[in-house]
Amino acid sequence: MAVLSFVEVADGKIKKASVEAAYYGSKVAEGLGTDSLALVLGTISADELATLGQVGIKKVLHANDARFNNFDSKLYTKAIAEAANNAGANVVVLSFSNNGKLLAPRLSVRLKAGYVPGAVELPAFNGNAAVVKKNVFSGKASAQYQVSTEKKVISVNPNSLSPVRNTNTAAVEAFTATVTDADITTTVKSVDKITGTIPLSEAEIVVSAGRGLKGPENWGMIEELAREMGAATACSRPVADVDWRPHHEHVGQTGLTIRPNLYIAIGISGAIQHLAGVNGSKVIVVINTDAEAPFFKAADYGIVGDAFQVVPKLIEEYKKFKAAH
Amino acid sequence: MKILVPIAKVPDTTSKITFTENNTKFNPDGVTFIMNPTDEWYALVRAIELKEKQGGEVVVIHVGRADSEQVIRKALAIGADKAVRVDADPTDAYFVASQIAAHAKAENYDLIITGKETIDYNSFEVGGMVAELLDLPAVSLVQKLDVENGVANMKRDIEGGTETVEVKLPLVVGAQKDLAEARIPNMKGIMAARTKPLTVSPAVDADKLTTIISYAVPQKAKECKYVSPDNVAELVKLLHEEAKVI
Repeated sequence: MAVLSFVEVADGKIKKASVEAAYYGSKVAEGLGTDSLALVLGTISADELATLGQVGIKKVLHANDARFNNFDSKLYTKAIAEAANNAGANVVVLSFSNNGKLLAPRLSVRLKAGYVPGAVELPAFNGNAAVVKKNVFSGKASAQYQVSTEKKVISVNPNSLSPVRNTNTAAVEAFTATVTDADITTTVKSVDKITGTIPLSEAEIVVSAGRGLKGPENWGMIEELAREMGAATACSRPVADVDWRPHHEHVGQTGLTIRPNLYIAIGISGAIQHLAGVNGSKVIVVINTDAEAPFFKAADYGIVGDAFQVVPKLIEEYKKFKAAH
Repeated sequence: MKILVPIAKVPDTTSKITFTENNTKFNPDGVTFIMNPTDEWYALVRAIELKEKQGGEVVVIHVGRADSEQVIRKALAIGADKAVRVDADPTDAYFVASQIAAHAKAENYDLIITGKETIDYNSFEVGGMVAELLDLPAVSLVQKLDVENGVANMKRDIEGGTETVEVKLPLVVGAQKDLAEARIPNMKGIMAARTKPLTVSPAVDADKLTTIISYAVPQKAKECKYVSPDNVAELVKLLHEEAKVI
């Protein structure tokens, strides 16, 4: 028995969402009284791998093979399944990240394992059955999924739990996946990274704005607030649709779903489609001139006021706060 | 080019979600059901566009009972050529994926395009499972898809950017926003849909790997604490001392 956490790498670093998945996997292993292993595919330094010990991983299996440096769902699935079988893993944990969302269902089929996508809490075990909570109906409800298959796959919703770190280092062991070049199906032609900003999906604080800003020229203060707070910027759909903001900033039902610790919504009314993308946020602040805006019903803190007056004050007050802390 | 588009039936976004039998069953009473938005707006329309440019056929497949006919006819009205309904309740993603894979195995599709997720269970499961069952490559969160000389060129979302990839057909694609512009069925399409073939086939045996044992609706709406626009410092203080998020 073992729990195997699949850990993703970007630019030589372990992804934040994967650290959470590894922590989740370690907690599951702890609960089951079994080993907590991690699998990493592709080029990465031994020092970086050892840091997985901080979130409870005892041993890292590392396939140091450059063929894994590009994501290929078929190739990855084969390698992860092989590692899981070799390790005798009965639970495989992944992040519910862009790649994990495709890998986990593939693995579920390959391992004949029941799969819970986007878990928001640790599982409760009842004999061989695991019961795991996930959000459904775009955050309007949650459901308890029961998985009774011998093997189980769980993907963890990013920002669902905060890893507690210790000072341990993980042992690293080489892993050779029996893949051939014929298993490679995907050729990466180019990568287009938005530089200089924090990826929305990884941000702990998100500053978001909508039509209430009146025009794209008014986003300076939103960007300034985000910069001060170390936040990512986001926007509502109407604003992305008229190209005031780039599409990758659009959060909501048809855009990104995010779960930051703090979501600040400025000049966004809070249509149900928008809420579906952000209602997993831990704390929501709404700033809107319209006291009747539906967003206030989903907010923890609200300011009924003009963004053009409130936001500059917020920047100023946050600067004072930062200077004092 | 032969393209298969699996379509799901889901509650309309604005539906009030409730449960019955001590919160163990979804309550469909008073709920309007629609075609899953990412299936309809992006997967289906891009499939039709590719067919219009390069010829071929677009088939939609749905796992569900006879009351799904309206959703299937809408897909035909938008421009699919024919439809298959697997006559079974869609009990879990693995069961649904098994039905789709069983159909696809016999048909040699060049492309299978699904919506990235359904808006009921938000699980992103069926596309990946179908790909694995058929041993096909798959790319998800695709916002651009072109096909030339048997190779699909796609742009997909990665954390903090996009990646352009090429994969040889056949493959499974998970569609998302920007892949196509939603189409509204016109009168001609609606008329034609009435006579397009809709085959009903029995389900194949497949395991059910997961069971939902209970649901919960979040406690009543949060109580919003209001701060005066003249006292923004108070907000910063609350976020630090009370909410502890800064």
